[in-house]
Formats: sequence, C-alpha cells, structure tokens
Amino acid sequence: MANVSAIQLSRPLAGRRHGLWDYLRGHLKGSEYLWALAFVVPYLVVFAVFVAYPIVYGLWMGHDPALYKELWADPVYMNTLVNTLIYLAVAVNLKMFLAFLLSGFFVRPGWWVKALLIVFVLPWAVPLLPTFISVHWMLDGQWGLLNNLLWELFGINGPFWLDSHWIALGSIIAAYIWKFMPFWTVIFIAGRMAIAPELYEAAAVDGATGLRRFVHITFPLLATLYFVNTLLSTIFSVGDFATPFLITNGGPALTTYTLANLGIRNAFDLSDPNLGVATVMSALPLMIPLVIFLMRKLRTMAVEQ
Amino acid sequence: MTVIAVEGRARARTTDANVLHSVRVARRRRYLTNIGAAVLSVALVIWSVLPIYNMIMVALDSHSDVLTTHIFPPHPSLYSFWIVITEGYWYLEYFWEQFGRSVFLAGMVVLLTLTIGSFAAYSVGRLRVRHGWLVTNCALLTYVIPASFLAIPYYRLMAQYGMMNNLWAVIAALVAFTSPYAIFIFQQYGRSIPIELDEAARIDGASPIQIYFRVYLPLMAPALVAIGTFAMLAAWNEFLYQFLLLSSKKSMTVPIAIVQFLNSDESPWNYMMATAVIYALPPVVVYYGFRKYMAAGLTMGGVKG
Repeated sequence: MANVSAIQLSRPLAGRRHGLWDYLRGHLKGSEYLWALAFVVPYLVVFAVFVAYPIVYGLWMGHDPALYKELWADPVYMNTLVNTLIYLAVAVNLKMFLAFLLSGFFVRPGWWVKALLIVFVLPWAVPLLPTFISVHWMLDGQWGLLNNLLWELFGINGPFWLDSHWIALGSIIAAYIWKFMPFWTVIFIAGRMAIAPELYEAAAVDGATGLRRFVHITFPLLATLYFVNTLLSTIFSVGDFATPFLITNGGPALTTYTLANLGIRNAFDLSDPNLGVATVMSALPLMIPLVIFLMRKLRTMAVEQ
Repeated sequence: MTVIAVEGRARARTTDANVLHSVRVARRRRYLTNIGAAVLSVALVIWSVLPIYNMIMVALDSHSDVLTTHIFPPHPSLYSFWIVITEGYWYLEYFWEQFGRSVFLAGMVVLLTLTIGSFAAYSVGRLRVRHGWLVTNCALLTYVIPASFLAIPYYRLMAQYGMMNNLWAVIAALVAFTSPYAIFIFQQYGRSIPIELDEAARIDGASPIQIYFRVYLPLMAPALVAIGTFAMLAAWNEFLYQFLLLSSKKSMTVPIAIVQFLNSDESPWNYMMATAVIYALPPVVVYYGFRKYMAAGLTMGGVKG
C-alpha cells in the first residue's frame, strides 16, 4: 500500500467527515479538488459534445422500426450483411493468426530480421489512402501491375480482379491484411519479448523445445493477449469504411459493400440519413456483446497485472 | 580399474558418435530453417513493398506510358512530381494549400489529444479524483460505436451548427476518437512513475498545476511522444470524416483531393500517384523517427502481464 502515504497519515484526523463536498473531494484539499475537476472537464466536454450527443442523436434518427423492415427487404442489405460477416470472420482472424506466427519469426536474433521488420512495417507507416488507391490501380485487369507481373514472369493472363464478386471480396480482404497485419505483429512481438527468458530456460532443462515449448509456454502466456487483440480488431473492423470503398467501391454491382459503406451510401447517395443510420445500427446486436466481452477481459487482465 | 576405464572409454565413444550425429542433425535442421527463413523473407519483402512500388512506378511514368503494360517505367522521369510541386495541373491548383491544411489538421489533433488526454489521465491517475474510473470507462465506451457509424449523425449535427467545410469539425471528431486511447496509455504509463514524487512536491507546497508541468509532463515524455506519433498517423490515415465534411475545393485536404482525381474522366494516374507519394512522406518520416517510443507506448498499453 504505497498509496497511503506520509501525507495522509500525517494529516490531523478531522473527526467524522460529512457533507457531499467532503465526500466528493476525498483525500484532496479543496483547491486541489477544483484543480482535479478542471483537468477532467476538457475531456468530458469533448466526450459529451462529440461522442455522447451524436450517439443519442443517431439512436433517435434510427429508432423507427419501419426502417429495419425496409432494410430487411433489401437484397443489397442482406448481401452486405453477409459480406460484413465474412469480412470479420476471415480478414480479422486470418490477419491475427498470421501476425501471431510472423511475430515468432521476427523475434529471431540477427540484424537482417530487424532490417526485414523495418520493411515489413512499411504498409502500416504509409498512410492508408495513397496505398489503397495504388492497390486499386494495381488490380486493374488491363493495365494493373499485378497482371503485368503475372504475364511477364509466368505468362499467365490474370483475371479481372475487381469484376467478380468473390475475387473482389478476396482483394479487399488481402488489402486489409496487407495494411493492418504489421501493427498487430508488432504488438505480438512486444508480447513475446515480455515473456521471461527464464521460463524458456527452465523448459529447455526439462527437455521441452520447439512445438512443445510453443504449446506449453508461448501460447498459454499469449492467449489472453491474442483474444483481446482479436476482439479489439473485430470492433475496429466492423466500422471499416475506407478499405472496401477504395479497393472496389462496392463493385461489381454493389456486391462487395460492408455495413459502413452501405450506411454511408444510403445516407448520402440515396439521401436517406435515417436509413443510413439504421443500416449501421443494425450491427449493434453484434457490437454490444463484443464490447462487454472486451471490458470483462480487460478487467481480468488488470487484476492479473 | 581397467575394466571400468575401458567401459568408460567405450561409453565415451558412443556418446561421441551420438553427439556427432545430433550435431549433424542440428546442422541440417539449421540449414533447412535458414532456407525457409530466406524464402519467407523474400516473400514478405515482395508482399510488403509491391503496392508501394506500384505507387512510385506510376508516379515516375510519363503521361502516355500510364496506360501501357509494363513492370518498370519505360521512360522514368520526375516530371509528375514537378507538376505537383508547381501546381501545374488544374486538379492540383490548390495543392500546397491543401497540404498545409493536412499539416494543420494533424498538428492540432496531436496537440489537443496530448493536452486533453494528459490532463484527464493526470486527474484520474495521479490526483486520483473520486469516481475517476467513470471517466476511463466513458472513454472506453467511445469504441463501442465505430467512428464510421457515428459519421452520419455527426454530419447532420455539424450541418446544423454551420460547421460544414470547417476543419475544426474534423479536428474535434478525431480528437474525440484518439483521446480515449491516449488516456488509457497515459494511465498505464503513469503507473511506472512513483506517486511519492508528486507527494514530495505537494509537501513543498506545489499546486497540482505546478506538479503537472514540473513533475508529471517531463517524466511522461516517452508516452507523450508515442501518443503524439499515434495521433499524427491517425489524422493522416483518416479519410471518412474529411470526405464527408470537407467537400469544397477551398476547404479540402490532400486525401480528398486525391479521391477527386478518381472521379474525373481522364484520371491522370501519374499525377495522382506523385501526389500520393508526397503525401505519404511525412508520416513515414515521423514513424521511423519515433519508432522506438512507439514500441514502448504500445507495450505499455497492450502487453503488460
């Protein structure tokens, strides 16, 4: 209990405290309590005006059940919903799994592994929009670099990447993994570095190497981190607007939209803001359990620390 | 005695053979892992660099070469960059103004995120204001609803307040979404700084604001740099809010100007990519400059325990 410090002990016992003021200011002096309030007020104002109020306003905009009936009857919406689920299930998990494996490669010793890491992080350091436009152009069936490469190197006529639903969706997923895998790899590298080397040494004495070392030490220690990362990444990716927008812009024929894209399209291109809000709000039944899971997990993590 | 010695020698010989054998196996295995690592490294470099290579390649193309099949510019020239720098094309007439606006946007987001985030974290984590945990939880709640989902009500509200085509509307939204992460990281990082330092200053009669400036901020420097970099990258990566809120040519930032290119009939890809390359440079420089701090910041947030 380093927190109970000399000051609190040396303060004269003020008898029974009473009144709301004394209760609120707790261990702080009056002027200090005012300072403490002044320090949190800027954030609370930002939160209230730019987060809480828009949320309430959004819920109000999307409160009419008729909107959801309209969505349910819309084939584009159903398709979008399926896309979003595929996107989350495949892109997020594949990215996380690959990042986890690659982090094992990047903790190997050697200068060239470090040099490689610098190159590998490049997709994340370069801003999103320029690179995604570049990917879009690269995937052009006629003039794009990818098909040119396939032709020059292997003599293959590549497909028109963005003209078929499945290949286009696959391209979005690949671009997403390209952009965001480095970030999570770096997090896993930090996680692996945090494992005490004594554990591995003890395991080596007991004869555990390779796969067994991974199964019995690395994975159990990183499982919580992996789980939290997957949750966080899922939450971030539900609202991913830019990737599908810039890679395919919904093409071919609105078959590769995700919820965020369709919401913006309904609100702005079709000038029906309420329908747009309803489109994105329909993801809440998925979001709320995810966030509750995450908060619980973070709390247990905090206790473990 | 001799019997034992002979036995001992024989045992030594067999263990020698065993050792030799296992050394050979180990060497072969190391050889194979090295080949595997080399193949993986080459694949990773190609994967990471290809879209960025494509961006630079198209930027080096001359106008007539863009729509030809090639994997290396036939007549590489820096002409497109010259056009962008001198604003020599009608789509680029406000390029430097737009670039300045992007810089201002990122600078303000960094400054406000750091100020508001460190204020709140100081109050909750160091002054330990009563019910401070509520602030932290509020902050986490921001991530329940993805930014792209809030975009529609946010746009509506900004339109009502007459904040359309106003950079501050975007700055406010970005600060609202980066500060929760900042508060979280600052609080985590703050735990590594002994609270006794604050208390010693308090005994000497320092007010909370003096402690904030003289004790807290200097010791938090690494976390401040990490979050500053994070906020800068976030501002540079952000697309949707700028896309929705900044539509007039006189108010838009570089990414929106690049997307405007896409919608034009002629799509001068070489100018677009040259713009993209110039736009991508600042975050790359900042990221690689502060990479060490970034890792420290991320580790503090994600991987303790």
